[in-house]
Amino acid sequence: MDDAIHLTYIISPDDFTRAGEASSDVKKKLKQLGISPEAVRKTAIAMYEGEINMVIHAKGGQIDVDITPEKIIMVLDDVGPGIPDVELAMQAGYSTAPDEVRSLGFGAGMGLPNMKKYTDEMDIQTQIGVGTKITMVVKI
Amino acid sequence: MTVKDVRDILNARVLAGEDLMDQEVRSACGSDMMSDVLAFSKDHSILLTGLCNPQVIRTAEMLDIVCVIFVRGKKPDDSIIQMAKERGLVVLATGHRMFSSCGMLYAAGLGGGAI
Repeated sequence: MDDAIHLTYIISPDDFTRAGEASSDVKKKLKQLGISPEAVRKTAIAMYEGEINMVIHAKGGQIDVDITPEKIIMVLDDVGPGIPDVELAMQAGYSTAPDEVRSLGFGAGMGLPNMKKYTDEMDIQTQIGVGTKITMVVKI
Repeated sequence: MTVKDVRDILNARVLAGEDLMDQEVRSACGSDMMSDVLAFSKDHSILLTGLCNPQVIRTAEMLDIVCVIFVRGKKPDDSIIQMAKERGLVVLATGHRMFSSCGMLYAAGLGGGAI
């Protein structure tokens, strides 16, 4: 792999059935590139949690993925409500998801902690009423 | 054990992946919360769940889970089974409840993996 690869996905809001399609595609591409199974798995899980969050909490958004020889960089940008207390949101088990989301198998308060757990770097920029931008890096 | 053993122990029906039954199974995870599965699942795992939506298959895909077992008689619809087939995932269905299914597999020697 000589050059960096750039992928962009538009995440549609309120389409829970399709949530995860972007992560699925990235996983497939990383596998094709021969990236180590461990890095593929970490990227897939972290991005999938983020993608689900964008559908559940925000009104969709955009995910940009850059694959370089050294690392995979994911930038998840939404125009959602923003996160009022990032520290609280990072606590395992804390969730603001409605019961309806819980009945779908998510909203256990593990999304952000999982994203942190499976990535080597994670940065959250958020503004109430404007949106949230999460950058995650997985080293190859 | 293998996926085939899991099928026999749970007296389960095979809904997808008939030709993939010889895969090795090293650990199992039983949950209806996909985020918990994403947090704790290990390699070569199977997933037991009573949740019946496409995100079960996607979660399994992200984790390289080899087999999904729908417990307590849950019937996934055709689109879910089709998704599993496209991803090379075995899908089983058993009438046993979650607790019983996990217990039967555990008694047969399958663990949940280290915490």
